[in-house]
Amino acid sequence: MLDIKNLHANVDGKEILKGIDLFVKAGEIHAIMGPNGSGKSTLSSVLVGNPAFEVTEGEVTFEGKDLLELSPEERSCEGIFLSFQYPVEIPGVSMVNFMRSAVNEHRKYKGESPVSATDFLKLMREKRELVEMDSKLTSRSVNEGFSGGEKKRNEIFQMAMLEPTLAILDETDSGLDIDALRIVAKGVNHLKTPRNATIVITHYQRLLEYIKPDFVHVLYKGRIVKSAGPELALELEEKGYDWIKKEVEGE
Amino acid sequence: MRAEQSYIDLFTQYEDLICKHSSPVLNHFRKDAFEAFERLGFPSLKGEDYKYTDVARSFAPDYGLNLSRKPVPVNPEDVFCCDVPNLSTSLYFIVNDSFYERNQPNVVFPPGVFAGSLKSFAEQHPELVSRYYGKAASFSKDGVIALNTMLAQDGFVLYVPEGVKVERPIQLINIFRSDRDLMANRRMLVIMEPHSEARLLVCDHSIDDVKFLSTQVVEIFAAEGAYFDFYDLEESSVSTTRFSSLHVEQGASSNVLVDGITLNNGLSRNNYYIDLNGEGAQTYLCGMSILDREQQVDTYTYINHAVPHCTSNELFKNVLNDRSVGAFSGRIYVAKDAQKTQAYQNNRNLCMTREARMFSKPQLEIYADDVKCSHGMTTGQIDENALFYMQSRGISKEEARLMLSVAFTSDVIDHVRLDALKSRLHELVEKRFRGELARCSTCHKIKM
Repeated sequence: MLDIKNLHANVDGKEILKGIDLFVKAGEIHAIMGPNGSGKSTLSSVLVGNPAFEVTEGEVTFEGKDLLELSPEERSCEGIFLSFQYPVEIPGVSMVNFMRSAVNEHRKYKGESPVSATDFLKLMREKRELVEMDSKLTSRSVNEGFSGGEKKRNEIFQMAMLEPTLAILDETDSGLDIDALRIVAKGVNHLKTPRNATIVITHYQRLLEYIKPDFVHVLYKGRIVKSAGPELALELEEKGYDWIKKEVEGE
Repeated sequence: MRAEQSYIDLFTQYEDLICKHSSPVLNHFRKDAFEAFERLGFPSLKGEDYKYTDVARSFAPDYGLNLSRKPVPVNPEDVFCCDVPNLSTSLYFIVNDSFYERNQPNVVFPPGVFAGSLKSFAEQHPELVSRYYGKAASFSKDGVIALNTMLAQDGFVLYVPEGVKVERPIQLINIFRSDRDLMANRRMLVIMEPHSEARLLVCDHSIDDVKFLSTQVVEIFAAEGAYFDFYDLEESSVSTTRFSSLHVEQGASSNVLVDGITLNNGLSRNNYYIDLNGEGAQTYLCGMSILDREQQVDTYTYINHAVPHCTSNELFKNVLNDRSVGAFSGRIYVAKDAQKTQAYQNNRNLCMTREARMFSKPQLEIYADDVKCSHGMTTGQIDENALFYMQSRGISKEEARLMLSVAFTSDVIDHVRLDALKSRLHELVEKRFRGELARCSTCHKIKM
């Protein structure tokens, strides 16, 4: 599904990603862990086409297409979704308008006609219940005045609405209490099918107790320095990142 | 030749004709206004308040005037019906600067209410006209008001007697219709007696592609406890220039909303003067403009807190595209004894291109020491983070920009106190941003 080869990227002229290789197949869950500043969020930003990041080398293929050639909106319509670490507040744009535009743009991309008002509201209600989101939130402006937890829940709600092929969760667990974490994880697991894949970017092992990864990668200084099964996450939780740093520095 | 001279000559030559086709109450001020105009001339670019609008240049071209009040060959209802759906209004027309007497709406107002031409009102109530006409808009300090007072021959009046509520909103359509360049001098007088209530929606339209120039003086008197909404919607054309001067005098505990919205225009200078003269008066002054090409809107506001315990809320927003220019100058004056004043001013502007320019100047003059006053001004670009967030959900950049522009103006529209008008405005604003020019869906011929 996703094939990243030797990906290099800069922000403000500084190289952050220094040759990432990652291969994700349908049905898999990959966790990307690593200390602060290792490039985890840069990787997710590059995958969704954030213009602040410049790809200098390498290639990314998604479902057979050259991902780096596509605009952010095309990537979304192709089935990539990023749950933002810091969801943006958009005063004056209602959640309903926002989601309807997004859903309709996706439909247009697939050559389908716009969704009817009743079907749309039904869909909203259904997905809202999945993430246990208050109907008051969906009648407000996008993320405006939402608490940290509500914003994250809103990300998973949007993910449920758009049903992506590849979901990237960027630090979705940060700022969540244990109940909110459970609800978010429930939403993610519910949306899991053999046809889609998930990349979970996280600091801590905590989220991985709820969303079970098939693979765990450690990103350090812009490279994936270690890949293994779920047991790696536990090891990191126990021992921290220092031993990995030493391993890398020792090379 | 100075731009003023042609108007001085015009008046000297045609004074009799102007007076003949007007009424004594209006004629009464003409000579004095003429002298004031001779003395003042047009405001100069060098003055603090007209830095961004070259008034003399706007008045220099040779515009025609319809001083002998020849009927204009047009039936406004044929070319125009600006119906705001679900908002049934009592509809009146001004063609150029003549009140359109035919096709008067079939409405039964509560006893004593008058809506119609200034000329006929002056015949019925000369005492009211002489008590109010020209009393809020003084021609002795402003050359454009002097010119308007010296040339205006008719206008529109709304009069609501004490304690009367006019439920149905009143709508006045100003239409510019001419085959050659034309100037119109418009006048409006609103008298709200104590504890009366009414809403007035004024729409400016230009039908033809020729050049139009309007001067417009609006005087609103809201006596004690009166409740009044004034919506001023300009949807004219790029070849229309407008000089508007709106004056409000508010009595104790009165509540007035003034909302000026520019959806399409050429050059507009809109002055708003609000005098809070009675304790407990409340005023909401807001407005917005959506500009592109070389369009220009220059807004000047002056809110005078003359007495204690009054509240003013001011919000103006501009969205500037292409090479358009906006200016906002907002002054709040709080007199020495006007304690417990609350005055809030906000001006927010969005420049969508590098070439668009916005000049903003808040000015607070406060002489009382127990007041709550604030002002805020920002001019910026569209939020790139919001833009990217929307794109990442599949919304195209174009659509996202549009949605953010619409969102930017939404709080101004939220101040509208008529629900049907509010939803109609949301629709018009979105159409305007989409470039599907903000014509009313039922208008046949309105060119933008």
